[in-house]
Amino acid sequence: MLRVDNISKTFNPGSVNEKKAIAGLSLHLAPGDFATIIGSNGAGKSTLFNAVCGDFLTDTGSVVLGGQDITFMPAFKRAKHIGRLFQDPMRGSAPGMTIEENLALAAGNGGWLSYVSQKDKKRFRDRLALLNMGLEDRMKQPVGLLSGGQRQALTLLMATMNPPKLLLLDEHTAALDPGTAEKVLQFTRDIVTEHKITTMMVTHNMQQALELGNRTLMMDSGNIVLDIQGKEREGLTVADLLEKFKAGAGKNLDNDRILLS
Amino acid sequence: MNLSALLTVSQTALELGLICSLTVLALFLSYSMLNVCDLSTDGCFTLGAAVGAVVAAAGHPLLSIPAAMLAGVTSGFVTAILQTKLGIESLLAGIIVNTGLYSVNMAVMAGAALVNLNKKDTVFTMVKDLLDGTPLAGQQNIVVAAVAVILTVAFLTLFLNTRLGLAIRATGNNPDMVRSSSINPVFTTIVGLCIANAFTGLSGCLMAQSQKQAEINIGTGMVTVALASLLIGATILGRGGIFTRAIGMVLGAFIFRFVYAIALRLDILPAFMLKLISAVIVALAIALPYLKQQWPTIRRRLSYKRAAVAKGGD
Repeated sequence: MLRVDNISKTFNPGSVNEKKAIAGLSLHLAPGDFATIIGSNGAGKSTLFNAVCGDFLTDTGSVVLGGQDITFMPAFKRAKHIGRLFQDPMRGSAPGMTIEENLALAAGNGGWLSYVSQKDKKRFRDRLALLNMGLEDRMKQPVGLLSGGQRQALTLLMATMNPPKLLLLDEHTAALDPGTAEKVLQFTRDIVTEHKITTMMVTHNMQQALELGNRTLMMDSGNIVLDIQGKEREGLTVADLLEKFKAGAGKNLDNDRILLS
Repeated sequence: MNLSALLTVSQTALELGLICSLTVLALFLSYSMLNVCDLSTDGCFTLGAAVGAVVAAAGHPLLSIPAAMLAGVTSGFVTAILQTKLGIESLLAGIIVNTGLYSVNMAVMAGAALVNLNKKDTVFTMVKDLLDGTPLAGQQNIVVAAVAVILTVAFLTLFLNTRLGLAIRATGNNPDMVRSSSINPVFTTIVGLCIANAFTGLSGCLMAQSQKQAEINIGTGMVTVALASLLIGATILGRGGIFTRAIGMVLGAFIFRFVYAIALRLDILPAFMLKLISAVIVALAIALPYLKQQWPTIRRRLSYKRAAVAKGGD
């Protein structure tokens, strides 16, 4: 589904602030793959996502999504096929507009001058009800009134309104309280399974990295140092994972927000 | 002030308020929705006045309206291209276009600083003939302005709830989200500014024809006057749907003109104070929420100092 071939990106080249964020990274995700990504601070996890989403043009290499070469496609066009959630729950929705209006924009069906149809409203309601947060009765309220968890759940709903080819989750539960985080995570699992969306998720929770999905990628210094899947992944413990990381990267996993349990 | 004087004052205020509210509605689109402070408003208002007056003077008063609006669209398009495609800061883009428009406006008026419409047909004189013998006879200025405002409010209410309208509103609210909805914020900014400036042009066109002249300085300070009205309107009817808020804009324009007209009438203020008052209103309206937010810090600092003094510290 996603084929990233030998991409690299250096920020501020030739200056004292030169930073090689990604160095010749290649990655292939099969349709329906759910990969969790762990790595040290500055390993290039978010940069990889930015490259796939088209926030910048990579210095080398190519990005192919669902058979289509998107290396030079602008970010807003890629967004049609890529859903994305950030750690900051405020980034994905417009606070001054109502829940319904936000969903209408995300659903994006109909022409420029079309209105939200009754059918759409019904569909939004049904989808919101799945969240179990009572949002289906607050469709006319501005999103700015929602809590962080509610907004993140709404963003997830918006990103998957039209199931994308690829879903990128960048620590999307990290800023939420544990209860809400669990809820959003469960909802993520449900949606991804239901629509068989190819997904990548950055997490700093080692347990989560092993439990969720079918693949675990470990990143270091702008590259993927470990790609664990299939038999090798079954029965793996957090301790094994850290050991493997040390073997792969030649150093300990260093992340100041890491959660071992 | 007696009743008939009050009536005259409210009538003038209503007429001016309605005509200017078109500019306020334009800013409602660019400032409140797109979050762009469009400083080309002054020049665009004059452009609408100049184009409208020239076309009307040539004997096509009806044509003057679409002509002025089209001129506004062009001006808005240039401002939008400067800030979206050429990397010029939005405030600066507005200032650049505003400056350039001065020459354009002079050129439109064939090098003169004034186009006189006395004894020429305008949209108002045309409607005047239509209204003769009806209860609205003699009220052509208010009627024309009211129709324009009603159409504009109706358009905005309908338009801002379409998919494109929602995208324009989201552009000012959270551009990231617009991009992730697979919509190009560059496109929404361009469309929004073109439409907003069409209304500014229309506003200028009607102002010139109601005053029977277009003058090169007719738009000077318009952006501040309109912002003052917008902020007053947002205070009265700032919440709710687009329709409610648009009505608030019109009310704001009227209230501003009304209070000001009364102050003029009672000789509290000379006419040239209009712009200073608008400037103060805009500054206050934007500064007050900020000061309110800063107030706890200020209070804490004051009480800390007072305590230190009371203690007679070293």
